[in-house]
Amino acid sequence: MPPLPHKNARRAGVHGASKLERPGMAGRLLEFGEELRGEGVAIGTSELLDAFAALQHVPWTEQVDFREALAATLAKSQDDRRVFELVFDRFFFRAVELAAIEEGVREEGGISPDEAGAMDMEELRRQVAAAVRDGNQALMRDLARLAIAAFGRQGEGSGVIGVDVQRIRRSLALRADAQPDLPPEDPRRDGLPREEIRRFEAMLRQELERGQIERTEQLSPARPLNELDRALPSGPLQDLAAVHRVVAQLKRRLKTQGNEQRGQKRHAAVDMRKTMRASLEFGGVPAVIKEKPIRPRRPEIYVLCDVSTSVTSASVFFLSVLHALHDSFRKMRSFVFIERISEVTEIFAKERDFKAVSEAIGRDSGVADISGYTDYGRVWTEFRELVEDDLHPRATVIVLGDARTNGRDPRADIFAKISAKAGRTFWLNPEPRLYWNYGDSVISAYEQYCDAYECWTTQQLEDFVKALTQPIRR
Amino acid sequence: MPVEPNSVTDVHDGLRATGYLPGESTALVSYLAAKLGKPILVEGPAGVGKTELAKALAKYLGRELVRLQCYEGLDEAKALYEWNYRKQLLRIQAERQGTGWDDVQDDIFGEEFLLSRPLMQAIASEQPVVLLIDEIDKTDQEFEAMLLEVLSDFQISIPELGTVKSKSHPVVLLTSNNTRELTEALKRRCLYLWLDYPELEHELEIVRLHTPDLPEAVGRKLVEVVAMVRDLDLKKPPSIAESIDWARALLLLGAQDIDTKMFNDTISVIVKHRTDLDIVTERVGVKLNAPASS
Repeated sequence: MPPLPHKNARRAGVHGASKLERPGMAGRLLEFGEELRGEGVAIGTSELLDAFAALQHVPWTEQVDFREALAATLAKSQDDRRVFELVFDRFFFRAVELAAIEEGVREEGGISPDEAGAMDMEELRRQVAAAVRDGNQALMRDLARLAIAAFGRQGEGSGVIGVDVQRIRRSLALRADAQPDLPPEDPRRDGLPREEIRRFEAMLRQELERGQIERTEQLSPARPLNELDRALPSGPLQDLAAVHRVVAQLKRRLKTQGNEQRGQKRHAAVDMRKTMRASLEFGGVPAVIKEKPIRPRRPEIYVLCDVSTSVTSASVFFLSVLHALHDSFRKMRSFVFIERISEVTEIFAKERDFKAVSEAIGRDSGVADISGYTDYGRVWTEFRELVEDDLHPRATVIVLGDARTNGRDPRADIFAKISAKAGRTFWLNPEPRLYWNYGDSVISAYEQYCDAYECWTTQQLEDFVKALTQPIRR
Repeated sequence: MPVEPNSVTDVHDGLRATGYLPGESTALVSYLAAKLGKPILVEGPAGVGKTELAKALAKYLGRELVRLQCYEGLDEAKALYEWNYRKQLLRIQAERQGTGWDDVQDDIFGEEFLLSRPLMQAIASEQPVVLLIDEIDKTDQEFEAMLLEVLSDFQISIPELGTVKSKSHPVVLLTSNNTRELTEALKRRCLYLWLDYPELEHELEIVRLHTPDLPEAVGRKLVEVVAMVRDLDLKKPPSIAESIDWARALLLLGAQDIDTKMFNDTISVIVKHRTDLDIVTERVGVKLNAPASS
């Protein structure tokens, strides 16, 4: 699915394309701010003012200081910082190149392909490896140009920069793992630091781009950054660690959620009874005020989690969300279902370790009957029998599933009855909204009785948590 | 003696002299904060030295450190000021007869009856201070909103007394473990500094600074092992402070090398969960050498 453009996205790459030249450094910085806004970083006038103020105290000729000063004033979160780095490189690199084209400057003293042919390839390889090992930036940059001249066969590259970079890297034999068959003095023998190799690749990329701009005498169109990869890890188990990081974050948020967003009631009320009793000590003067304790709101939650094969990738994630919720809400009952439903609250209560939990669920719950396909109709019926008497207006029901019935009767009428008895009902669907109601997905039948959320990025998950912890208004 | 920094290098060297080794951007942002009078919002995982930075800054600038530890349910009374209710009550009791209400009212809402809390202290202090607002993410949004006035104008409004303006400009640090998204309004007023676990060489330097007697080879191995441990999916990855603790422990034991035995004996210094212990011994312990045959 192509990523949706950011809601307030302005067109990125305004500079160069437009002729609205604002002179000098200030103009450049404003354009830079505009470019960042184009990538969805919220930058107000106050941020820009701060940036200008900061630059008065920092020499702008120091590249690192200049960059850090801008970052500290403009990028106010880690996500923003990541975007900032990308845009900073792109913007200031392109600004230089654009000026070079306008001034008609061409770089002199490059190494011609003939000359490069005469170079000792093995010596070059060794030198590059040594520079990469020592992390010597300046030397790496020089060698990147040399390597392009030697291996890139300037002018006849593939035209796709990424392909060229990989080809050159391969011919240089830069690898992070140790290569024990090389002679002991070779710097590549013990493997090279991965981080530095990546930096060298970035330099290659930049040099190649510079070469391309010089040849064609125009800037390639500035591409907006891809929607940064914020999708939830959906792959198999190797992504489990990534899921856990997301969930750990979620867990910490849930812990602090109870006390938030409760408006007026946040202040403690005086407990008259206790105050009067304490006043006896002072001859009836209420010298010590006793307050009623503030209790955070902890909703009562019922969670139903689909663990069938159609949501395999998501169910690892869902189970860990379930696990996280269990740590944070004491009154919570969990169920898993495929064709039938099974309560797993006890498993979660008994096992603290996530791995043990998922194994126990696979072993004990016995939710797949014959076919292994989800049967929502049957699940609702069974769920209703299980909890009918316990549901009340303060309860929250959360369903984690893709609402794909495999052609069976959705029985939305029973679902409606469940949702009517519970205070709130949420549906988390691991599929993007685009795929809803296609094929055997019947989410629209359920959507009218509950709040349905798509949930395939961490941001969406956070939005849901916010909704979950908001007070019930009824 | 209060110090006024003149350049980024000044701050860098100054922090170093107090025993805090600042990273690339730390010194720069601290310098900007002192110059621009803006608060710094420091974010990063637990145990990378966010609070330590505030202490080091206070030491370097020769200022007093005023610390406000945030927690769930922290309110104005605990952070800003509170009327000393008992004292007021005694005052009223003592002069029950004879005084008019107006006199008493003027009297009991004076500064004498004010209990100042950390924020008030920082604002009202004669000497400039370093104000540390620790773990701001633990409080709720209303409290953040209240902070806005303090952070942008350095003043506090007390309905009965009027506005208390700061006599000196404090350097303010807010730390956050990123457990919740802070409001835009607060972020807008701050400089942003992200602290992460230090790179290998940097951490080695830190460890060496605190345990200069530890053999070079052991120190290097130690930071390598700690980096490996942090890469695992743990409940609580080891912090810098724990690396230092471990280095001290190894020094005490007179270790010449970190082998499997030494590792298993001392691992509890850096890993503090049972499940984490299992993972670490399984994944990292095996990579170490067996102890030299005894």
